[in-house]
Amino acid sequence: MTAPQDVDTAQMRARYPDVFDRPASARLAMPAMIVAALAILVYGLVDLDFSPSRLFAGLSQLGWISLMMIPPDPGSSLPIYLKALGETLSIALLGTTLAALFALPVSLLAARNIIPSQILRFPVRRFLDSIRGVDTLIWALVWINVVGLGPFAGVLAIAVSDFGAFGKLFSEAIEGADQKQVEGIRASGGSALHEIRFGLLPQVLPVIAGQVLYFIESNTRSATIIGIVGAGGIGLQLAEQIRVLEWQKVSFLILMILVAVAAIDFISGKLRFAIIGRRAVA
Amino acid sequence: MDPALSLLTSHSSLMTVAVSILPEQQLAALNAAYRQAVSRRRLRLLLGAGVFAAALVLAAIGAEVNLRTFFTYFGNFISYFDRILTLDNGQRVWADVGEWFWGLRKWLKMLGETLLISYVGTLIGAIFAFALNFFAAENTSPSSWLRFVVRRLLEFARTVPGIVFALIFVIAFGLGPMAGVLAIAIHSTGALGKLFSEIVENADMKPVEGIRSTGASWLSCMRFAIVPQVTAGYASYALLRFEINVREASVMGFVGAGGIGQELVVAIRKFYYSDVSAILITIIVTVFIIDISTGWLRGRLFGKEART
Repeated sequence: MTAPQDVDTAQMRARYPDVFDRPASARLAMPAMIVAALAILVYGLVDLDFSPSRLFAGLSQLGWISLMMIPPDPGSSLPIYLKALGETLSIALLGTTLAALFALPVSLLAARNIIPSQILRFPVRRFLDSIRGVDTLIWALVWINVVGLGPFAGVLAIAVSDFGAFGKLFSEAIEGADQKQVEGIRASGGSALHEIRFGLLPQVLPVIAGQVLYFIESNTRSATIIGIVGAGGIGLQLAEQIRVLEWQKVSFLILMILVAVAAIDFISGKLRFAIIGRRAVA
Repeated sequence: MDPALSLLTSHSSLMTVAVSILPEQQLAALNAAYRQAVSRRRLRLLLGAGVFAAALVLAAIGAEVNLRTFFTYFGNFISYFDRILTLDNGQRVWADVGEWFWGLRKWLKMLGETLLISYVGTLIGAIFAFALNFFAAENTSPSSWLRFVVRRLLEFARTVPGIVFALIFVIAFGLGPMAGVLAIAIHSTGALGKLFSEIVENADMKPVEGIRSTGASWLSCMRFAIVPQVTAGYASYALLRFEINVREASVMGFVGAGGIGQELVVAIRKFYYSDVSAILITIIVTVFIIDISTGWLRGRLFGKEART
């Protein structure tokens, strides 16, 4: 065995050719990718009408807008805004609950350990996928066409788009459940429904509850957005105030949204901990 | 019969080995404790359900839920899908695909613009996030007040929805894709900055110590000790963000910030029914293709690192 200092570079080079002489393709791959990425970036900037003059004009405009936002001031419309905020929270809560209620039975149909047949499962999964592929805002526009402007359209929009997401998440939670408890129920003579009720649901429900709470949290944000297209809530007020350039009210509304989201984060964090308990933490 | 008692008796009757039954007194105490524990849990569950139901009722009043409207108009929802799948001449859309996708060339151009918006927005956001994340990470930030400021900044950027930024930018920068790009860039900066700094927090600090011991500056420490460890993770998250941003960019047009959303909102508002379904299908297919190809790319580029 040769000591390391006895090995000269030439010998090492002969023994490990791929360490010393990486092929040109490997050495050039990274720079080539970076150049390509930057080239597309430059093309995009040109194609999307980015010009320095426009950028600076816009930035100075933005600076003015930010200055005019200070201090945040609701004027005399504070009660209206509080009501709108309540509406937004209601939309998030109702929409998420509705979605979860409808998604639970459907997610059973999409879970491998409940429905073993691929033929049955496949259409359910694709159905959920395509619902998820359509943005909440688009669903809001569709529901506005159906039930008219207002928060109710927002509830339905969130319910439909979350239905797709929940269906997938729940079915994954069900597939991840421990089969032994289900087998135990079957061994003691339980029917298929008993298996689901006593073997599966006790395992799955805490996971599902955690996900539902998390979605209520993130839907507070979505519910703000869908207001912008006319589906009620604080987003509607925000969009209106931006359009009439009432910047102090705009900044007040944005602050309200941030505070509400932070509060919901805090509450649902506590609740999730209480429901899932230390099991999830440990 | 009490659950605990029945369990014991059934055991003793089934098994030939005699199981000594607890004395009556002890058993009663155990059963009482069991029942108490169960009833306490039931009560808590019931209370929770009650509070939740009350919150739902309140929410229903707040959101002006009107079940009568819902049931009268629910037919409209179904028939809406019937209508968007019918051409102007009364035929089903798939009877004449050429007529259904009459504007395909225009829509594909808008779709290309959408992809470009999300690409440029993601890349600018990633660059800013890259520049900021070392200041936000616990282990690399040069000072704690800087970390606090950068973290609050990133939090603000990701909590305010992208479309709200777009609304404001449309007024500052004028209508068009530029507002959309900047809105997406800011939102991505917030989201990626957080994820990036979490990667940095998980990085091995020994290389940093090694480089610092040679007397290198903070910048060189980052460049030669941290960056080589984290680039793969960064690129993976940036690709994931690109996927999300494609969806986001497809609705930016709703507020006039460029892309296919503009066409869609016009079609929906003006009741060009078959156009709605055609544009929706083009969007869904594109999102699907992007999801699959970035997934493939991530596996291809970072599969090895992820596995080891």
